[in-house]
Amino acid sequence: MTTDFTKAGAIRLPNRRVHRPGTDFVIRRTTRFIGSLWVLVTASFLMIHLIPGDPVRAALGLDAPPDLVASRRAQLGLDRPLWRQYVDYVTGLAHGDLGTSTLSRVPVSQIVQDRLPATVEIAVLSFVVVMLIAIPVGLLAAVHTRGGRNRGLDLGFAATTAFAAAIPEFLLAVGLVYVFAVELQWFPVAGRQGPDSYVLPVLALSLGSAGALARVVRVEILAVLDQDYVRTARAKRLPARLIYLRHALPNALTGTLTLGGLLIMGLIAGTVLVESVFAWPGLGTTIVQSILQKDYPVVQAVVLVYGTGVLLVNLLVDLLLAILDPRSAIREA
Amino acid sequence: MTNRIRASATGRRWMAVFRTPVGATGAFLILVFLLLALVAPLVWGEDAARIDVDGGPGRHLLGTDSLGRDILARVLVASRLSIGLTLLSTAIGLTIGILLGAAPSVLGRHAGRAVTASINIAVAFPGLLVVLFFAVVFGVGMRGAVLAIGLAMAPSFARLTQTLAASVEGREYVAAARVAGVGRFRLLFRHILPNIAEPLVINATIAAGGALLTFSGLSFLGIGVQAPSYDWGRLLGEGLNRIYIDPAAALAPGVAVVAAGLGFSMFGEVAAKVLSGEQLRPGEGPLTASSIAAGVAAESTDDDDVLVVEGLQVYAPSGQGEWVMPVRDVSFHLKRGETVGLVGESGCGKSLTAMAIARLTEAPVRVRADRLDFLGESLLVSRRAHRKLLGTSLAMVFQDPMASLNPSKRVGRQLAEVSEVHNDLNRRDAMERAVDRLTAVHMPRARQSARQYPHEFSGGMRQRAMIGMGLMGSPRLVIADEPTTALDVTVQQQILSLFEEVRSTQDSAVLLISHDLAVVEQVCDRILVMYAGRIVEELLSADVGTSARHPYTRALLASAPHLETDRDLPLVVIEGSPPDPGLVSRGCAFAERCEFATDRCRHDLPELVPTASDHRVACWHPQTDPTYLSRRTT
Repeated sequence: MTTDFTKAGAIRLPNRRVHRPGTDFVIRRTTRFIGSLWVLVTASFLMIHLIPGDPVRAALGLDAPPDLVASRRAQLGLDRPLWRQYVDYVTGLAHGDLGTSTLSRVPVSQIVQDRLPATVEIAVLSFVVVMLIAIPVGLLAAVHTRGGRNRGLDLGFAATTAFAAAIPEFLLAVGLVYVFAVELQWFPVAGRQGPDSYVLPVLALSLGSAGALARVVRVEILAVLDQDYVRTARAKRLPARLIYLRHALPNALTGTLTLGGLLIMGLIAGTVLVESVFAWPGLGTTIVQSILQKDYPVVQAVVLVYGTGVLLVNLLVDLLLAILDPRSAIREA
Repeated sequence: MTNRIRASATGRRWMAVFRTPVGATGAFLILVFLLLALVAPLVWGEDAARIDVDGGPGRHLLGTDSLGRDILARVLVASRLSIGLTLLSTAIGLTIGILLGAAPSVLGRHAGRAVTASINIAVAFPGLLVVLFFAVVFGVGMRGAVLAIGLAMAPSFARLTQTLAASVEGREYVAAARVAGVGRFRLLFRHILPNIAEPLVINATIAAGGALLTFSGLSFLGIGVQAPSYDWGRLLGEGLNRIYIDPAAALAPGVAVVAAGLGFSMFGEVAAKVLSGEQLRPGEGPLTASSIAAGVAAESTDDDDVLVVEGLQVYAPSGQGEWVMPVRDVSFHLKRGETVGLVGESGCGKSLTAMAIARLTEAPVRVRADRLDFLGESLLVSRRAHRKLLGTSLAMVFQDPMASLNPSKRVGRQLAEVSEVHNDLNRRDAMERAVDRLTAVHMPRARQSARQYPHEFSGGMRQRAMIGMGLMGSPRLVIADEPTTALDVTVQQQILSLFEEVRSTQDSAVLLISHDLAVVEQVCDRILVMYAGRIVEELLSADVGTSARHPYTRALLASAPHLETDRDLPLVVIEGSPPDPGLVSRGCAFAERCEFATDRCRHDLPELVPTASDHRVACWHPQTDPTYLSRRTT
């Protein structure tokens, strides 16, 4: 009898070395990334040329002396044929040459190098804060509102997170400045000196996303808690902590990560406004100033940096998803 | 005529949106701000421009700005530009979006695909970046900002149009129109667009809320509206510099932006929910069932009894907010080493009985019983105290072994954690035990299998793993809920033999739940037949073929095909289906489907009474006619 079982099972044991759709997926995603990057580079190149009329005249004013206009045009390379400019632009990028600021005459790559860290800092910190808030809050909300219990908590959670998600970052920033910097004077109003100056910008960037993500975590966890394997975990009489953290949470990460990726991209864009509220010396304030001062090479470069950041996050999330949930890669193929 | 009916139906559905508190608030906010946008500049225009140099306190509710102009008036007047520009850019975005989105269905294949690809790339970038890009192209200022926001909104509208159009294009009337030779453009404007207009409008409403926020953001940065014109964003930017002197200057326009933005998105989201037919939160009915009753002191405890159940009732809320009782007054007991089958059609309350016995039901389901003893301990008292007892002595096996194992954990880990939690084994010892138990359930290459994920297993192997999981402790009772239903017939037999083996080696009792009388008859000592939440007959397995008394049991028997069943005759079926738990009648629940039913059956409930030793039946007209039983073999 026993041998029969073993044989039957041995035949049915699936072969582990089957076709792996993983590599296909990575290739496809990388191709899409490169394609999007090309579109981004081309768009940022064309930006100057899409400006109706003459960008140099637009920047210098209509009564600028003609020789200044001409020299500025030459400096920007606008006097050469379009295809030539494009080739120069792309080869320049390949060598890390982002052009020169028309205002300060500083190489744009230098400006980016100076300003990028401040922006990355608050973006990464905000992302961490979003996760630290959203996952526990969403998990707790799911556990305590499951099966229609705790209606009051359910409503409170829904209202709070919806409100947090509905207020745009810069308004939240203004509100935070008023309460915590002006009234309570716990944190500085603006600038980047010392750890406490990070608190308000990071909160302004993260609270809205945390609210939105907490809602997703709750919905995902609720769906997982209805699964049979959670019933199995309960039948094993595991402590609640293990049921939620070990059996429910890991299976709810896919949906969380999908929205999480979108939120990081929103975070990256959100830095533009939040930096302006706090006079944060990052790329966000740089692009706003450059747009207002019509310093086009800087604008081009910052758009490029932001766009590349977004595309990279996109790619990373897709690959992470494929690792966490191999079905997502197969489903697409 | 039909059009009018449709129009009034649409009207009624929209009225439902206004009737929800959130929808009504949203609509109210939108209305207020639209009115303000129209009249505010006429009413407060002068106040907003007047410079009051010695503006004493009290004359201006929210104070004055740096030039001495009334802030409240300026905020009110600014609604015209803020709302107007928002609507304008939304309209631009919607128009371009619809054109782009509809283009693939009008253009040829290649051009269409190119449009789709560019939409997909554009959607991947955050809106604000696209807005900044276009703001550079169109130049700083009001016109540039309107165009930039409009263009930035276009891709998502395009994608939406495309998705909606694709869903409509598959429908019959579009296909019919196409067959009838209707041209592409006519098809688009007469048949497709009108049918997707509603979701587009709703999404435009939500998007308008976002556009308002973005516009305020641009003006706040100084890229949008330029002085001397002002919208809320511009006021906010000017106010922020004076936040120490006069917080209202920054907060008032902020509040206006949030209120208007929320108005648009609240209304839009409620409309989307209501019109897509999603049910709004139904009111919860009053709680009529009493909560868990304390256990009655055990009367006489037979040492051999593993499980004693008396007067078990399970309450659950129905969809209509009422409470129903899917399990009513179930009593039975299980002895050591005994295999008992619980049979009945789907919806008879078998699984719920099992979950209630194992104390695995969750709120809102409520359980009460006169007695529920497991190994002499009343399970009605406290769950926490029994965690270890139940975790090591009560094993559960469920129907779908794929769904019952956690897809993201290795099988061995899922077994091992039982011993880690209940027996305080360390990780390695627990894993050794898991491998040992997998071997005990004849898992091929147990050590290797322990390192695999459930999806790498066949159905039979998964069910073996589930049983092995139950064997991590030393189970006194195994409750198996339809353990073989999801498996194919040959594997079924192997799993049933495995239960037999567990019973004999571990000396545990087995409660086998199945809708399949043939399976139960084959492996069980005793059989409990369940119908509409009650046990209607209890008898020895060996007697089923000869002395089943209840018409329901006999009907189940007759409908179970056997090897000897004449395959030329149609299979016997029981007419009708079990009653809904909310609609169970006063009398015998089976009366409606029973050929022997009389008025008495419909009005009086038959009790489960012994007719012989080892045989109980709940029926006013127990059948003894052996010819009926012999039908199954003719």
